[in-house]
Amino acid sequence: MSKNVGNPALRHTIKTDMKRHWGVYLMALPVLAYYIIFHYGPMYGLQIAFKDFQPSDGIWGSTWVGFKHFESFFNGIYFWRLITNTVLLNLYELLFGFPAAIILALLLNEILKSSFKRIVQSISYLPHFISIVVVAGMMVDFLSRTGLVNQLLGSFGIQPIDFLMEEGWFRFLYVSSGVWQGVGWGSIIYLAAISGIDPTLYEAARIDGAGRWRQTLNVTLPGIMPTIIILLILQMGNMMSVGSEKVLLLYNPLTYSTADVISTYVYRKGVLEASYSFTAAVGLFNSIISFILIVAANKISKRFSETKLW
Amino acid sequence: MKRTMGERVFGGINVILMIGLCVVTLYPFLYVLFASFSDATAFLQNRGLLLAPAGFDLSAYKAVFRNPMIMKGYENTLLYVLLGTAINLVMTAIGAYVLSRPNLYFQHFLMFLIVLTMVFHGGLIPSYLLVNKLGMMNTMWALLIPVAINTYNLIIMRTSFQTIPASLEESARMDGAGEWTILFRIVLPLSMPVIAVMILWYAVGHWNSYFSALVYLRDTEKYPLQLVLRDILIANSTDSMMTGAASDDKYAIGETIKYSTIIVSTLPIICLYPFLQKYFVKGVMIGAIKG
Repeated sequence: MSKNVGNPALRHTIKTDMKRHWGVYLMALPVLAYYIIFHYGPMYGLQIAFKDFQPSDGIWGSTWVGFKHFESFFNGIYFWRLITNTVLLNLYELLFGFPAAIILALLLNEILKSSFKRIVQSISYLPHFISIVVVAGMMVDFLSRTGLVNQLLGSFGIQPIDFLMEEGWFRFLYVSSGVWQGVGWGSIIYLAAISGIDPTLYEAARIDGAGRWRQTLNVTLPGIMPTIIILLILQMGNMMSVGSEKVLLLYNPLTYSTADVISTYVYRKGVLEASYSFTAAVGLFNSIISFILIVAANKISKRFSETKLW
Repeated sequence: MKRTMGERVFGGINVILMIGLCVVTLYPFLYVLFASFSDATAFLQNRGLLLAPAGFDLSAYKAVFRNPMIMKGYENTLLYVLLGTAINLVMTAIGAYVLSRPNLYFQHFLMFLIVLTMVFHGGLIPSYLLVNKLGMMNTMWALLIPVAINTYNLIIMRTSFQTIPASLEESARMDGAGEWTILFRIVLPLSMPVIAVMILWYAVGHWNSYFSALVYLRDTEKYPLQLVLRDILIANSTDSMMTGAASDDKYAIGETIKYSTIIVSTLPIICLYPFLQKYFVKGVMIGAIKG
């Protein structure tokens, strides 16, 4: 870059480009400013992960301490618990949520009556638009000791279970409610892929005597395979990140052992307890792992197909 | 086309499965709806699945509409949704327009700068300190400005802008139109479907968000509806709402108030949903073609 700026011919090109398109450059300014301040600003601020940040000294003025905060995170008692919880929630989501959307799309595709199909689709997308606070609030209510679920279980003679107070239930509840909320929405992309399959392939399969089942197996499934692979790889790139929003609403100190993930730990330690440098280090560690996973996933995705993130 | 016996059996099972899915999806909402109209004491006695309200009583709704926190939260949320979506739309449209210009010198650099933020970000704490430093802490701007552009939406909009034929723009330029005129008079009117999708996605996002308010707001009178809801539903603090109710009624009404609160706060989305869902879906398709 710096070598090029000295190049008079190039400087001339940039100058004429700016002159000719000065209106566009002017428009780019607020957008550029937004990205620099609100996306690159926090990246600049990440240096406090290597410092002992004191608000009075500012980000730049605080003293460097090297990898102290990383070491105390890696050696801390919560390190493995946080990693395990974060990865397991993702893994279960991958095992159950991911195939659920594909299966729903395949089943919807088998419905011959299009009006019925549209109704089912509309209903299945609905939970996606309900706020997470309402979803979690309904769960807290239904799953409480006196809630709907325990009343139903009680009519079978089962003792009430305090679902959200027991660590053993958290992962199941988190993942199953996630499937409930997201399965319909997740199926859209597969339905789009299915509708893009060349209809003559089905005709050819029918002429060869294939029934619906064989058509699904030999035409539909291979047809959506590229979509499946890409989404699978992208999801694997997300393996180390669980958003804090839903967990924060559903967990409590009794279930921390299975529910506390990196992002909620950062929220508690950082925002509530103000250990800024330590949590910046934890966040940076998480971002770096996620970055590596996404880049690797993109590489693999490129190898499998033409589609890639960038 | 003749269907075999097996296929017909499968078709029947499939329909039952799909109806089951619809029931599982809708029943929680129906239960909440029925419970919200129920008479509090009748509701507590008659527990289990509800197929209609247990008794009929509107006092839970009266309590919600009398509650200053909820009404203030509603008002705040409306303001945040309107203002936030307007900021989102202007910034995203400008960004998408700039990025869709052919032969702009810094185009690739700019695009790289933007896409990089999708895979690497500073995280919660540095953002928190930044918002603090900028003096936005405990103001609504902390909820609106840091999320002014959703990069994924920006790319969708750019892709849509790129499909507009360059000849239209050139002839406008001949007539002396500047960049802003081209954006507002030519590009935006030709991109109404994608604009609709953006408005809906951004607006629903603002309506449903609670986390940034939780992190950045201190004064309860600035709380958006979702944060008020969190206090009522998760932290279970309905006490403040029943000032005046006799003490043994308190627990009972406290139960039904939760349900009426859910209904009141979700109603706008549920009512608009049937009209808007085709746009939502369209948005996913636009994104899918790109992705």
